[in-house]
Amino acid sequence: MNTLLNNSDLFITGFRNTLILFFFAGVFALILGTIVATLRVSPIPAMRAAATLYINVVRNTPLTLVLFFFALGYPKLGLVEIDFMTAATVGLSLYTATYVAEAVRSGINTVPVGQAEAARAIGLTFTQTLTVVILPQAFRAVIPPMFSVFIALLKNTTVAAGFSVAEAGAIRSNLSERGEPAMAGLLWVALIFVLIVFILSFAQRKLEKKWKVAR
Amino acid sequence: MSSVLFDAPGPKARARYRILGVVTALVIIAIVGFIVLRFAQSGQFDAKKWQLFTFPLVQQTIVQSVGATLSAFATAAVFSLVLGVVLAFGRLSDRKWISMPCYGFTELFRAVPLLILMMIFYYGLPQLGVQGITPFTAVVAGLVLYNGSVLAEVFRAGIESLPRGQSEAGYAIGLPKSAVMTNILLPQAVRSMLPVIISQLVVILKDTALGFIVTYNEILFQAKYFGSQAQYGSPIIPSAIIAGVLYVGMCLILAGIAKWLESRMRRNVKVVKVARSEIVAAEG
Repeated sequence: MNTLLNNSDLFITGFRNTLILFFFAGVFALILGTIVATLRVSPIPAMRAAATLYINVVRNTPLTLVLFFFALGYPKLGLVEIDFMTAATVGLSLYTATYVAEAVRSGINTVPVGQAEAARAIGLTFTQTLTVVILPQAFRAVIPPMFSVFIALLKNTTVAAGFSVAEAGAIRSNLSERGEPAMAGLLWVALIFVLIVFILSFAQRKLEKKWKVAR
Repeated sequence: MSSVLFDAPGPKARARYRILGVVTALVIIAIVGFIVLRFAQSGQFDAKKWQLFTFPLVQQTIVQSVGATLSAFATAAVFSLVLGVVLAFGRLSDRKWISMPCYGFTELFRAVPLLILMMIFYYGLPQLGVQGITPFTAVVAGLVLYNGSVLAEVFRAGIESLPRGQSEAGYAIGLPKSAVMTNILLPQAVRSMLPVIISQLVVILKDTALGFIVTYNEILFQAKYFGSQAQYGSPIIPSAIIAGVLYVGMCLILAGIAKWLESRMRRNVKVVKVARSEIVAAEG
């Protein structure tokens, strides 16, 4: 307990940065992932191929390597300088977007064919069919896998600690500089993560019940 | 492809699709072209930056680091599968004092970030007087606890999705529960879950890369070391490219095996079909 109370400043900054990373990466991943999923089901072969390639390559690359590139490689390219926090957000978003895309696509597959046929029958275009009829139902159907994706994202933010982002995963190295026992600090970090994950799972069950599609 | 969403295109739509296809191709060429151009302009393709990787000794080191990654992967995969089966049986036990701890164990280790687990082993345990924690043991122990818990859920879902008649028939011929589990349910569950199990193995393979943060001498660790060699122009991007190719290659081989098995399974009517969307493993 002492480790937590005496170093509450470290824990608060750490978890605040974790939540900031989680929030921004989550929002961007959701947007990008939905776009990629849309491309993957679009009638144009070039779009489908591009989305499939992106998903296959990024899903088979370790997140550590993605962040490695953004933290250490990107500054060598002489582009706009960005801080590690932004770089980590970009890396996490690009990585998580592929999982969001796969979740959304599996949701699109759960929507009955009749829904799309009915939408087309009343003259809706592909875009209208997708945005007005299919996606709203798909999103509701994929709440459980989507939450797994976001819980994974939350835990993945710790990887950014390996690349000098001062979030929850970095609390250990900061504590050891102050001569605090690493074990106590790490166990507190683990415990707080378990709590946040439980809150997320609780929210998932609530949403699932509330948004269930009656079929 | 998903023609659910759109009709077979008429002449007008076909023309529109062609234009949009060309536009997409142009956009992709522009993005890739920009990246390649940027790489070229900042000298990432200079011979100097790649020279390091032409030395036989460096190539040997890379091969060794691939070996280190694969040995961590193989060890972790075997123990995760064993732990997964044990935990799945534990959770399905009729005795509360066995099933409750197993439930708690799986839920707990799925919620703790893998990197934190590895750090607990590598930085935390030695302080408590535990000797002989190498980076390898820390990486493998973390991977086993996390993936074992995930696989336990996969096995359990596989067993629970089997028709009740399977276990009833086992009991009817007088088998004890342990025999029903190991001889009847588990083999079927493993077969129906094989694709999910293998995609979890891909996750294990990818997650070995976390070992680099707890100083395990694997591909990424070497990549960072080579990338920091100033006399060869700090080839961090070339070494990231090489590491990326190695990882994507290894994962695609595993994923290819999964796909092949899945297509074989689909032809086999004896395998019970399980909705894959039910078990979306939390990827790391």
